[in-house]
Amino acid sequence: MTISTELELQSFVLLRLGERRFAVSASQIAELVAPSRVFRFPHRTPKLEGVILRRGRIVPVCDVSEMLLGKRLTSRRFYLIAARNYGAQREWVAMPVTGECELINAEMMAAVESDAPHVAGWLSHDGEVIEVLNLDTLTPGPEHALAESAARQTPEAQS
Amino acid sequence: MRLAAPVKASPAKTEQIILFRVSGQLFAVSSSSVQEVRSADSMSGAATNISAPGLRKVRHVLRRGDRSLFIVNGAMHFGLHAAEGALLFVLRKTRTALMIDGIEKMTTMTRLQALPLSFCHEERQWYRGLTALDQTVVPVVHPEGFLSPAELALLDAALSEADKTTGEDLEGTSSAE
Repeated sequence: MTISTELELQSFVLLRLGERRFAVSASQIAELVAPSRVFRFPHRTPKLEGVILRRGRIVPVCDVSEMLLGKRLTSRRFYLIAARNYGAQREWVAMPVTGECELINAEMMAAVESDAPHVAGWLSHDGEVIEVLNLDTLTPGPEHALAESAARQTPEAQS
Repeated sequence: MRLAAPVKASPAKTEQIILFRVSGQLFAVSSSSVQEVRSADSMSGAATNISAPGLRKVRHVLRRGDRSLFIVNGAMHFGLHAAEGALLFVLRKTRTALMIDGIEKMTTMTRLQALPLSFCHEERQWYRGLTALDQTVVPVVHPEGFLSPAELALLDAALSEADKTTGEDLEGTSSAE
């Protein structure tokens, strides 16, 4: 008797940030583009560098390296443009990455409670265990602003 | 057989804007939102000092009849390097006179794109959106975004406090006489 295990393979894009690799569900990726001019203007949202113009759209540039690696990247070769959900709305976000990206098929293990909020799951590839990123928690959005303002108010309320 | 009349392409909705600089940074404002443009020097005699706690961007107020216009330092509002503004925009339907470095030009925008939702802090009050002009991206300011209702309340309180002090000083002077 043979037992066949049906693997639920999904497509992921592997991206490189410094020495580490991360994965994002391929269904969220729009394109990988060469760095273009970043337009900067005053704002108060951390992690956002500015915006780039892409196919007539204005796309925010979000540097996630500090959150994932603990340091900012000095070299960047591409922008990975991915869709980020804001409730029912979807918008593009550009993330600077340091190397070329790779499309793979793999089975994802779901994240557990103890994992960081930005971890959607894990996958194994080339003998490496790779974090699958949850862009909705990794990149800023209205829910982050609400959480930050709640955190600011809590100590005041307690005092 | 008659052919259907060709559908006329409706002209793109355009809006006249003024491009201006604050601390070297380019911004845009709808020209219909600007009631007056004055040189900062011309206002220096008419403006009086005001100090509201925690609100460093407003140092002067202009009295016009029973109306007070608060002069907002654009550089401080946006957190840019402090600069002495040369021009004032009196913004229509607001109590704000915005101090800026200078006007770049007047132009027309054909498309205002909403500020991406990733921008989730005060800038959502500051800007109506972004527009792409000549291969550059310019934030279009919200005239009501320079002073929040809470800030206006603080300034009104500071103003009435200053008026009270002035009134008491005058009373003191006249009784001494």
